[in-house]
This record gives sequence, structure tokens and C-alpha cells, in this order.
Amino acid sequence: MRRGKPWAWLVFVLGALYFMLPLVATIQFALSIRRGTYSLDAFTNVLYDAHFQESFVYSFIIGLCAIVVGVLIVAPAAYFVRLRLPRLRPIIEFLTLLPLVIPAIVLVFGYIRLYNTSSFINLTGSALGTDILLTFAYVALALPYMYRAVDTGLRTIDVQTLTEAANILGANTPTILFKVIFPNIIVALLSGAFLTLAIVIGEFTIASLLNRPAFGVYMQNVGANRAYEPAALAIISFIFTWVAMGMIQLLARFAPKTAPS
Amino acid sequence: MFPSSNEPLTGATNVAPVGRGGWIGRLPRLRLGEVLGVAPFIIFAVMFLVLPPFYLFGLAFTDKAGQFTLQNIVDLGQPLIVSAFWISILISAASALIGAVVGLFIALAVIRGNLPGWIRAVVTTFSGVASNFAGIPLAFAFISTVGRLGILTILLRTVFHIDIYRSGFNLFTFSGLTLIYCYFQIPLTILLITPAIDGLKREWSEAAETLGAKPWQFWTYVGIPVLWPNLLGTLSLLFANAFGAVATAYALTGTSINIITLQLYAQIRGDALQNPGLGAAIALAMVAIAAFANVIYLIVRTRAERWLK
Repeated sequence: MRRGKPWAWLVFVLGALYFMLPLVATIQFALSIRRGTYSLDAFTNVLYDAHFQESFVYSFIIGLCAIVVGVLIVAPAAYFVRLRLPRLRPIIEFLTLLPLVIPAIVLVFGYIRLYNTSSFINLTGSALGTDILLTFAYVALALPYMYRAVDTGLRTIDVQTLTEAANILGANTPTILFKVIFPNIIVALLSGAFLTLAIVIGEFTIASLLNRPAFGVYMQNVGANRAYEPAALAIISFIFTWVAMGMIQLLARFAPKTAPS
Repeated sequence: MFPSSNEPLTGATNVAPVGRGGWIGRLPRLRLGEVLGVAPFIIFAVMFLVLPPFYLFGLAFTDKAGQFTLQNIVDLGQPLIVSAFWISILISAASALIGAVVGLFIALAVIRGNLPGWIRAVVTTFSGVASNFAGIPLAFAFISTVGRLGILTILLRTVFHIDIYRSGFNLFTFSGLTLIYCYFQIPLTILLITPAIDGLKREWSEAAETLGAKPWQFWTYVGIPVLWPNLLGTLSLLFANAFGAVATAYALTGTSINIITLQLYAQIRGDALQNPGLGAAIALAMVAIAAFANVIYLIVRTRAERWLK
């Protein structure tokens, strides 16, 4: 029977206090928009706000685009590195770690300077171009997590055998990737996708410096002008993050495992 | 124009000359497939991770007329910018240190404290969520809690007659920002350090105990030295994590707290320093500091690994 050591309980309870207090207080704050009574008005104000819906949908769509682009960039690279080009692994891994070292604000500063109207590749000149730039920026932000998720997924299946089997049956490389490898690492791909979404949905710095109407920019705007609605937004964001991370845990239970052990 | 979005598809259809080529096409076909599979990644990385910082490096050494200059680097020495860097480094170091130590203790308590099994599952899930709960909403949560009108602030004042703002705490300064950053630094530590703690075999502590070692001796001579490289890696990651953070501080204070990311933000937004070259120099210095933290980690890790062998 595990009773737990007293010091462990103490550490756990203190930690739980630090992490729970802000959440409880934020809920309480969001509910007390009316004097002397609890109401959900702060939540309904936010949820029925047209700007909330527009900016959330906008960020969601950019997030989905970033996921698709991210998977198409990362998965083939990770596959070939694992299958035939192990010598490239250190370089690829180093590149995927760059977003953790180079601050996002430096990256976006570079983008604005490098891909502006006077440059060879003009992305900031039009709304569509800036949306594309924002998508790539989010792919870069999520790159470390996407790569790790895909690489872990590839480790749990027998890439070599699957590829050889598909090859013998006459499949070409794209067929192998899309019909054999991807379905087998779908759980890993989806984990990377949900993680990307959690990182991207409320992102502020890049979206605001590129002047895009993203959810993070909307939240900042509400924070500067309202008292109780920001608390409601914080709770909504927390729930969204929780759902995204919960999906990853749920998916992990369905992960197929064909790797030889 | 956008090779990273188009090439995986077009490239993929090009790589598939199944019926043609025969013995001539075999080897080059393999190579081509590999190249086209990895190329989008490399091109993307060069365009969006490598080139932008390097372009800024060039900009940092260029004056408004396009000539080479060291003036931007010299201008980094002005008091406003030096103090912004200094406060950023202090907040990042403090939140990384507190985050790593507290996170380590929580992870140790959960894994080796004989707590019920469900606690570990809950802590892991929550850490995943909280480590991603940053930016604007995190600032909102802390304003609602310990802001001037926050629930906890008022509760402490009315019930316990403790005015935290009178006793020196202020959410909108160094102490407040450090407290907030810990909200994602601690869970991040728990996620990063858990595999390493799982790697500490029970037999080691049992062996130490059999040999008459006290728990603190086990930790000072075995536990911490084994965890050390991981802890340092965590520390440098946490430092870079806090050092580059913008949104939380921005939502909290507008631009009233003088940290370097907010200086750079104001510069990019509206040329606040009235010198784009100086902005680039700040960016260059930020990358240098974040990279320096990681180089220290790499050096210590190689030494630690040599020592562990």
C-alpha cells in the first residue's frame, strides 16, 4: 500500500496551491462582472462578440494550414533520415532546435526585413502573402514539437520492413509515404497537430507584428479595454489548451506498434 | 516562390518514374527521392530559421546609408538598453532557477515520494497543459488573481489585513513577472526532468542505503550528479524560454516594464529607437545571449558525461 512520504505530500500540496489558485481566482473574477452576484455575462459577452469569433476562426485556419505545411515538410524528412540518411540526423535535429534558441520576436523581425515589399520575395505586401508568412512562422514555432512527435512515431513502427514490403508490391515513394507510413504514424502526426494548435491559437507576438487579426491580438485588445472579459478569455484559452493536450493523451492509447522488439 | 509548400507534392510526383528508367534510373532515382524528400525541410529551415537571423546580423553592422558601421553595436551600451538586457537576464535566470528547482522537487515528490498513482497521471497531464498556457491569457489569469484588484489581493487585505502591494510585491515589475513565468517554467521542468528521474534506478538508492548512506548522501553523491546534465539542459532551455517571451509582459504592462523583448517590440512596431540598425543589433545580442546559455550547457554536459563514464 502506498501511503506517501510526508515531504512528498507537502511539496505536492504547495505545488497544487500555486497552480490551482490562479485558475480558481480567474474563474471567480470572470463570474463577478455583476456586483454582488455571480453571472456568466463575461463569458457570453466574449463568446457573442463578432471579433472573438472572427479572430478565433482566423487563428484556427492559420493553425490548420501550419499543421498541413508542417507535416508535409517534417514527415518526409524524418522518414528519409530514419530510412536512408542517418548521417543527416544531427543537422536536421540541430535545425529543429533553432526555434527554441532564437526568440520568436527575432525571427519575425528577420521575416519583416527579409520578405518585405522591396525584397526579392515579397510576402508582406499583400494580406494573402502575410497570411502565408504567418503560416510559415507558425510552422517554425511548432517545428521542434512536430519533428519530435513524428520521429517518435517513426521509432515505434518498422519503417524498413514496411518500405521494403511496399516496394516489392510496386509502390513508389509518394505512395509509400501517403498510404503506408502516414497511416501508421497517424497518432504521432495528430499529436504534433494538436500541439501545434495549442501553441499557435493564442500566439500574439508574430501575429501582432505582422498586423494580422489573430486571436492573440484580439485578446490583447480586450485586455487593454475591459475588466472582466479578459478573465473569461483566460479560462476559455485554458480549456482549449486542455482539450488539445487531452486529445494527445487520448490518441496515445490508440498508437499502433509494429516495431520489432 | 514557396518551395516549402509546393515541393513535397510536385516533387513527390516527379520521383515516381516506376515504368521508366530501368537499370539506368535506379541509383539516381533513389538519390532523387531522398533529395526531394529532405529538400523542402532544408529549404524551409534555411529560409525561415537560418537566413532571417543572419540578415539581421548584416543589418546590425550597416548604417542608414548602407555602409559598414560598428555604431549600432556601440549604441547597445546606452543605459536604457543595457538596463533592459539586465532586467531580462535577471527575470529569465530567476524564473529558470526557481522553475527548475521547484519543478525538480515536485517531480521527485510525485515519482519517488510513494504518492498514489493517480497523482502522477494528473501532474503529467496538467504539466502538458500549463507549459503551453502562456502568453496573453496567462497574464490575464494573474491580473485576476494578484493584480491590484485581484481576488487573492483583496482576500488577503480584507480577511488577513496583509497588503501585498504595500509590502513590496508588484505584479507589474520583476517579482511579478518572475512569479508568472514560473507558471509555465515549473511544468516544463517536470516534463523535461521526469524521464531522467525515471532513469534513477531504485537499486541505486537501495545499494546506497545498504552501504549505510543517508538519503542526503545518496542525493549529493549519486542522484544529483546523475541528473545534473539534464538539469542544466532544462535550465538553459527555461532561460531561453523566458528570455524570448513577449506576450505575457506586454499584456501585463503595456511597455512600462523595461525588458529587452518589449524594447525590440516597440522598435519593430514603430521605430521607437529611431534606428533600425540598433533594433538589429539588439536582436543579434539576444540570439548571442540565448546561444551562450546553450553553449554553457553543452560544455558542462560533455564534462559531466566524461566524468560519469
